[in-house]
This record gives sequence, C-alpha cells and structure tokens, in this order.
Amino acid sequence: MTFWKKSPDEDAEGAALSNGGVAKVLQYMLLILFALFFVLPLIWMAVTAIKPSGEWLDPNWIPVEPTTDNFTSVFQDPTLPVTKWFFNSLLIASVFTVLVLIIDSLAAYAYARMQFRGRKVLFALLLATLVMPGIMFLIPNYITIANFGWLNSYQGVIAPGLSGVFGVFFLRQFFQSLPRELEEAAYVDGATVWQTYFKIVLPLSRGALATLGVITFLVSWNEFLWSLLIVGGDRQMQTLPVGLATLQGQYTFDYGKLMAGALLLTIPVLLLYMLTQRYIIKSVATTGLKG
Amino acid sequence: MSVQAQTNETVIAPVRVASGGRINLTPYLFILPHLIFFALFLAWPFFFGIFTSLFEFDFLRPERRPFVGLENYISLFDPSSVQFRDFWRAMKNTGEFILWSVPPLVIVAVFLAVLLNGRFRGRGFFRMIFFAPYTLSVTAAAVIWWWIFQPQGGIVNHLLDSLGIGGPNWLSHMPEAWIAITIATVWWTIGFNTIIILAALQDIPTSLYEAAAIDGAGAARRFWHITLPLLKPVLVLVITITLIASANLFGQPYIMTAGGPTQQTEPIIFRIYIEGILRSQMGSAAAMSVVVAATLLIVTALNFKFFGKSETE
Repeated sequence: MTFWKKSPDEDAEGAALSNGGVAKVLQYMLLILFALFFVLPLIWMAVTAIKPSGEWLDPNWIPVEPTTDNFTSVFQDPTLPVTKWFFNSLLIASVFTVLVLIIDSLAAYAYARMQFRGRKVLFALLLATLVMPGIMFLIPNYITIANFGWLNSYQGVIAPGLSGVFGVFFLRQFFQSLPRELEEAAYVDGATVWQTYFKIVLPLSRGALATLGVITFLVSWNEFLWSLLIVGGDRQMQTLPVGLATLQGQYTFDYGKLMAGALLLTIPVLLLYMLTQRYIIKSVATTGLKG
Repeated sequence: MSVQAQTNETVIAPVRVASGGRINLTPYLFILPHLIFFALFLAWPFFFGIFTSLFEFDFLRPERRPFVGLENYISLFDPSSVQFRDFWRAMKNTGEFILWSVPPLVIVAVFLAVLLNGRFRGRGFFRMIFFAPYTLSVTAAAVIWWWIFQPQGGIVNHLLDSLGIGGPNWLSHMPEAWIAITIATVWWTIGFNTIIILAALQDIPTSLYEAAAIDGAGAARRFWHITLPLLKPVLVLVITITLIASANLFGQPYIMTAGGPTQQTEPIIFRIYIEGILRSQMGSAAAMSVVVAATLLIVTALNFKFFGKSETE
C-alpha cells in the first residue's frame, strides 16, 4: 500500500456508489442493518448482565427487574479473584506499553537516522520475522520462559512480546517523515545524539507515540493464548481474558454472571477505543498491520 | 506488511568515527534493548523450535528427553502412529475453517468498504461502529456469541422460534458449529479488513469514475472494470492476512465448542496446545509447529505468486 495521504478521515470522493436518491436510501438502510449486526450483540451482553436470573432465558431486550446482582456475585465469589484479574491485566498492559514505547522508539531512531555496521542485515532480519508464522515461536518460547522460572509470573507474560517488530517499523516510518532540519540545527549547536533524540525528536513524536501506545495497550489487554499458557494454571495470576474463560468453566449456565464478567473485560477497551478511534483507524489504514 | 524499507534513507545523525578508527557505540546502544528481546524471543526460538522437534521432549520429566532425530516428523506422516490422526484431523479442521471464513471476511469487507466510501453524513460514525468489535478480546467476542448461540435461551433460537423454525443445537452439531464460529469471527474481525480496503478505495482517482460515467458505464460495470482491478494488490494482501489469521484460529472454539462436537472444530493451534502444554509432549508439538509454519509459508508464497505481486511486502 502506498503511504501518502489517505487519511480515511478526509471525506474523499470515491464514487463507487452512484448518488441517486434511491441509491442513497438503500445505502443508509444497508449501513444501519450492518451497524445493528455489530452493535446488538454488545447490547445483548449488557442487557443479560443486568437481568435477574429468572429473566436470563427470556428474549426480552428490556429487563423487567434490572439488577446489579450479577456483578456483586461475580465480585464476591471467593474462588474467582476478579478484582485481582483486573489489576493483573491493567498492570501487564501498562508496563508492556511503556516498555514497548521506550525500547522500540530507541531502536526505531537508530534504524531511521543512523549509519552503523550491520544495520542493513539486522533490519532485513527484523523484516523477515514479519512473514514467519507466530506458531513457530510458541513452544520454544514457553520452554525458555519455564527455564527462566517465569511461569505464572508477570514478566513471563510481558517479556516475549517485547521482541515484536511492529512498533519499530511504525516509529521508524514516522521518524523518517520528520523534517531533518531541526535535528541538523541541534547538531550544529553541538548537541549529542542523545540530547537531540530526547529534546527534539521525542517531543515532536508525541502523536505517533500515543497512537502506538494505545494500539499496544489494546493488543496487550486483549491477548489470550500466550497468557493462557503462562498464567492459566494460577488463578491469582490470570489476566481478564483468561479469567473470563475460567469464569465460563465455573458458571457454565449462569449467563448473567458470565455477561457481567464479559462487560468488565470489554468496557475499558470500548471506552479507550471511542476516545481514540480516529487515530486507531488511521494507523490501521496506513500500516495495514496487525499490532 | 506494508511497512517497507524505503530506499532513499537519509542518515543525518553524525557518525563520529574517531581518528583512531574506533567504532561509534551510540547506534548500538539505541538498538540494544530491542535487540536483546528480539534475539531471545524471535531469533533464538526459530532455531530452538527446530532443535526441540528432534527430541522426545517430555516437559514434566527431564529424564525423558532423548534425541530421536526425525522421528517426531515421521510419526506425523505415519498413519499407524498416535499423532497422525489427531494432527491431520486438526489440519483438516483448520482448512475447513479457512474455507468457511476467508470468503465472507474478504467479500463482505469489500462490500462494507464500498458502502463506507464516498462523502455522506454519518460516515465516521458507521466506520467507528464497524471497527469496534475488532478492539475486543477474543474471549469477550467468543463468550458473547457462545451465549447468543445457546440452544436454550440463546437469542438466535428465540428468533427462529418466533418464526416457527426449530433452531438447531448450534454448538454441538456439524456444520452448525462452524457456522457459529464463522459468524462470531466475521463479527469480531471484519472491521480490520474493511478499513484496509476502504483506504485503498480512497486512493482510486475520481476522474476514472467520471470518465467511465461519461462513457455510459453503470455502477456495476464501474465496480467490475475500475474498482476491482485497482483493488487487486490490496486484496491479495488482505486475503493473505485473513488466511493466516484463520489458520491461527484458537480462542473461538476454545470458548464456544471446546473443539467439539467430537473434536470436529479442534483447529491445529488447539492440537499443538494439547500436545505440547496439556500432554507436555514438547518435541512432538514443536515438530507439528514446524510443519504448520512451513505449510503457511508455502500457502502465502503461492497466494502472492498466483494472484500477482503487490507492491507491498
């Protein structure tokens, strides 16, 4: 894909649909139909979560006797440390995001602006991993983490993800788009590379760092398979996505409680998404890369 | 995948090779933190995975880890072995899910992108809604649809009941289980494909459509003769990404069907998880991973070869 201006936020004129009145009405009808397909499952989750157990199996969309019982019983169940899961998820996603921003921006700046021996080879290696199927790394990384004694630990969940190359490519691309004059001026004034990086480049990159930060946080908050492997065996250490699977095992037919748990997992993400959706969608459109 | 190496890289950070010819360490200090993790968790496991696949590697019993050469691979291709049936059933299941999921995930995404293209009120709102499920965890998406498809109390069967149709046991019958998993997956991920295709649509110059309209081409002909050919590179990319994503199916059947009925929705990642983690047969699981990865690489290469090269990586 080309990289120049194609912000989906600009109302580009793509005349794929002819703009006759009938076509317009049809277009809106279809848009609304699909919007319902995407939204109704979320509403149904929320509706079930506030229904009393007597109403769970009924098809009514407006609860007759709305209640918060499902939430209280999920939170008060001593075998299900939901609050701890929430804390675990928040901690892991936050620490992971901060580390990715630090590690990847440093590397990205070197690959964007510096000349050094082995640069081409290393960068080609990073690129090559993009086509490597992730499944290859699952078993060996599990053994490595176990050898470190990191099973059922936060660092066991966090560390392997820091090897990712998406953030490096994302930020490198951004650094290369910055005008060089500012950095050159800093060098003329006698600034070191480090000073230029911290005082000139990073402040200019707040937007890109924020976008990468939000995407990284979402991906980490949602991650399931690796967390299941590393912390699935210890209830106290589970993250919310893994915990929700545990919840399902425990509450098989307590749909209301299960949906209360699902709501807990989705609400923070949906809020974050609503606040930042323009930047998220823009970066997906321009990089076409899964986080 | 389009984050490609640009050819005209400019290097401006002053490279201070001291007069003695000492190597400047600064660039290496910048890349070092990432490189450590990259080496440990992406480069090393590439070799360590292949290495492990040459052993009978019982994770729980360190004394049972003898070198077995290619035995783990041979048993994957030997119909009389224990692994053979489970492995190829899971491969077949994964292939089935790819056939179920990739066509709607691509075709419907093109349709949605065309719907979202152009200038109209509420465009940003609809785009936000279409993409929203993609930001959820797979467990959230799967639990929601598991509930929707419950035979008793599930809203889909309520709906079918009101139409006088007896709804099936979606999650414990074939092929209904695949249909349920596919719908959940389409709901969860199609926004991603839609946004990428939408971005490509917006790159198509309007003048092309205007010229075609003057020549009397209707909307359908403009779509077939202008939109689709110009979308081709991005479609190849989207098909490839979707194919790989579907080959990595795990969370949806883990939550919705537990791989059932009778392991018929147990995909290959699920099988590797069972073999390596639950049965702690890491050597055999590593061999399975290598075969799967090789298959995926071949499929990806063929995809690009037959559907033409895109300018992306």
